[in-house]
Amino acid sequence: MRYLPLTEADRRSMLATIGVPSVDSLFRDVPESARLAAPIDGLAPHAGEMEVERTIAAMAAKNVAAGSVPSFLGAGAYRHHVPAAVDHLIQRGEFLTSYTPYQPEVTQGTLQYLFEFQTQVALITGMDVANASLYDGATSCAEAVMMANRVTRRSRAVLSGGLHPHYRDVTATNARFHGFEVVTAPADPDGNEDLAALVDDKTSCVVVQNPGFFGQVRDLTDLAAAVHAKGALLIVAVAEVVSLGLLTPPGEMGADIVVAEGQSIGNALNFGGPYVGLFATRDKYVRHMPGRLTGQTVDAEGRRGWVLTLSTREQHIRREKATSNICTNSGLCALAFTIHMSLLGEEGFTRLARLNHAKAVRLADRLDALKGVEIVSDSFFNEFTVHLKKPAAKVVNKLAKAGILGGVPVSRLYPGDEALAELLLVAATETNTDADMDALASGLKEALL
Amino acid sequence: MNTQGRKTHIDALGVEGGGAASAAAGTISGNRALMLEEPLIFEQDSPGTTGVDLPEPPAVKSRLGQVRERGRIGLPGLSEPEVIRHYTRLSQKNYAIDSGLYPLGSCTMKHNPRLNEKLARLPGFSDIHPLQPERTVQGALELIDTLAHWLKTLTGMPAVAMSPAAGAHGELCGMMSIRAAIEDRDGGTSQRRRVLVPESAHGTNPATAAACGFTVDAIPADATGRVDVEALKAKLGDDVAAIMLTNPNTCGLFERDIVEIAEAVHAAGAYFYCDGANFNAIVGRVRPADLGIDAMHINLHKTFSTPHGGGGPGSGPVVLSDALAKFVPLPYVVHGPDGFSLVESTADEDSTGKEFGRLKGFHGQMGMFVRALAYILSHGADGLRQVASDAVLNANYVMASLGDVMTPSFEGPCMHEALFDDRFLKGTGVTTLDFAKAMIDEGYHPMTMYFPLVVHGAFLIEPTETESKQSLDAFIRVMRGLAERAKSGDADHFLGAPRMTPRRRLDETGAARKPVLRWVPEVEQREAAE
Repeated sequence: MRYLPLTEADRRSMLATIGVPSVDSLFRDVPESARLAAPIDGLAPHAGEMEVERTIAAMAAKNVAAGSVPSFLGAGAYRHHVPAAVDHLIQRGEFLTSYTPYQPEVTQGTLQYLFEFQTQVALITGMDVANASLYDGATSCAEAVMMANRVTRRSRAVLSGGLHPHYRDVTATNARFHGFEVVTAPADPDGNEDLAALVDDKTSCVVVQNPGFFGQVRDLTDLAAAVHAKGALLIVAVAEVVSLGLLTPPGEMGADIVVAEGQSIGNALNFGGPYVGLFATRDKYVRHMPGRLTGQTVDAEGRRGWVLTLSTREQHIRREKATSNICTNSGLCALAFTIHMSLLGEEGFTRLARLNHAKAVRLADRLDALKGVEIVSDSFFNEFTVHLKKPAAKVVNKLAKAGILGGVPVSRLYPGDEALAELLLVAATETNTDADMDALASGLKEALL
Repeated sequence: MNTQGRKTHIDALGVEGGGAASAAAGTISGNRALMLEEPLIFEQDSPGTTGVDLPEPPAVKSRLGQVRERGRIGLPGLSEPEVIRHYTRLSQKNYAIDSGLYPLGSCTMKHNPRLNEKLARLPGFSDIHPLQPERTVQGALELIDTLAHWLKTLTGMPAVAMSPAAGAHGELCGMMSIRAAIEDRDGGTSQRRRVLVPESAHGTNPATAAACGFTVDAIPADATGRVDVEALKAKLGDDVAAIMLTNPNTCGLFERDIVEIAEAVHAAGAYFYCDGANFNAIVGRVRPADLGIDAMHINLHKTFSTPHGGGGPGSGPVVLSDALAKFVPLPYVVHGPDGFSLVESTADEDSTGKEFGRLKGFHGQMGMFVRALAYILSHGADGLRQVASDAVLNANYVMASLGDVMTPSFEGPCMHEALFDDRFLKGTGVTTLDFAKAMIDEGYHPMTMYFPLVVHGAFLIEPTETESKQSLDAFIRVMRGLAERAKSGDADHFLGAPRMTPRRRLDETGAARKPVLRWVPEVEQREAAE
């Protein structure tokens, strides 16, 4: 029990101070029928550090780490190189073991990095302001739709067929219970959808992902104008935030809200979580935003400092009228994001984006040359869809047996849609070597025989 | 848990003047020895510098279709040593559980073992992609299943939804589960849309109920700090979907009538949601299933010590009773003859067809699951029972040791947190906020203030089980000293506090009135001003 400092003598002396004979008597308000006399059956007793490490490491050893094999998985989570300094810094106890910065005098460190994070997110998305992060990209997307409903006082959201199925599903779950309508365009492997045609005067927002789930990048300027002409908002989701180092940012294309998954910067794959949801918007909508915000102010001596602010939007003040029930952010993941982004800087972030694009172009050229493999769309960032002559799920399993994580079969995210069964999503990042690409090409050749 | 004080407007404070000059304490740099001033990262820009070495991208013909490449972003350039120094200096401006006692009631700031950090970083967990073939992630699925087993057994509940990303997200999950069950039972036109929530509840409870399409009806507290059972019963009816109750409650007390409440709620055809924020007070000693609860989220960061990280990320699995077991979010892990697999859609052959959809991207907070399981295995069934015992013992020790100088809000044993209010400060000119700021100069993070709302000027103190008697005694000495100083008429000491922090009281009113939420370059600032 190395985490419990009280000794038996301490406990006896403390019970005497309280004036009760035993700890059990402190539980006397618990109904007799619900009081357990002994540790619960069926659970192991305490274990030492060595033993716990052995048990959990044995589970870790049963998994194939993506970095140990050629890996081309994307679809909303990307394997990037995270500089060693990032993980070192976020493990400093003053960051790792601190709480929400409610007492600003002793939490200026957290508040300042959140202010820097907000600034970085606003800059890369091309928006005015950003919050201090939400759970992940998918939940940020659902929150953005609910915010658009509040802003426009309308309740019909139009979702692109190229929006990540998880973003779509999370939004639909919230729609079902919160009571708004969701219209989803069909899956969009070619990127030829007419979203403007789906907008009517009840529509609060159009949600489009760029690069799209199937990989294409597109210019959204015309769509933004069409959406605005109908009095609705344009929400742009970015599942691969590295793309913002190369592409025209959504803010410059006319987006009203930008949501993104920030995992790619500073955060490992972690089997899907925790991740970090980015959320940015225009100045005029700030008070409709969900989530935590840090603002600049001065202290009693006139020095610049930071505090949490605009909390009158939040659940602890507004209760059932709050903009959202969210009462946290992805603090530590946002810290990892902000440190990695600081290490990259202008030069590094844009180079990282170029490198990703170049790797993907190389991979596309390599795969294009294979018989039975067809690139579905010719405009992409670091991920694209290929059409195989066989069910992609089977091909991926064959590749896995050969020690290659060869991409995500689209059918995994669109179960039951036969038309998509032969589509494979392939991502390349700066971590993929030429040898990795050779391995995938020859593995695919083999699997398609 | 929110502990934000009432709005501070520095004009209203009795802080002695001085301005920037006194801030620097006479040094040329503005630094105070180890306490270094640190500009924003944007103010340290050396254009063209970078803290990473990335290869030159190979020359390729870009395939961006119609999309233009972006122009300059405006990110600053720094080298690795500059970045490390920046964040190290920022870290030194933070209080943390590694630095000292962090008595934030309802937030549960306990020791965060480093073993958990080490294990979560094993490449077998940190470097696996959520959409890898299931055969390549059997150990990860086994870990989720093992943690689920412990959570179910410790709560006595038959099912658990693992994917919620935080406590409030768990609440949302639980209330969605309840609504899905009601619609399944009564049909989609069910009139059950009212949710009863105690006045003392966390703000997340009413916000969650509203986010689920319910209306909120407050239940008053009685004189003992607990839900008024008769008032609750009077509000039950065939339009009530659920009650949301926190137990132990936010006054730090156990709801003695909870079994009776559960029976009345069930008899009315409604469900019982328990906010499990305070499960750490009873883990291993009471199983929520034995109290009649239908759904309860468990904040893994509170009960099972995953680090708070400056306010997140959290993780909020929800345990469910038989009545709700089928109404779960997707995806979830199942165990079959061929090993573990994920049910990711209602088209899956293992699906019950009653799942209500997806709550977040991918499968849940895996990194938090590893840490929580490491903590659970370290303690075991016997140790977790001791966790609850020591948490309750420590809180009652603080209550007993301060009860004569501060005013306990309610009688009787408390659970894991001790609630006082500001009656002891009456006539002193010192507010709860002033008292809290004086604690900072003594080296302590303040307790939770002004919450719960049912008590005037609340001081909610949660020491947790990982504090030693010596550390509690030191804290008690300081709290007694401050209480006595306030009563002795030395209000000035409190009004000017804190004096020794990197920043003194900050103008929260001004920050909200004219929000500055990002840095802008000086050029743009000047342009905006013109």
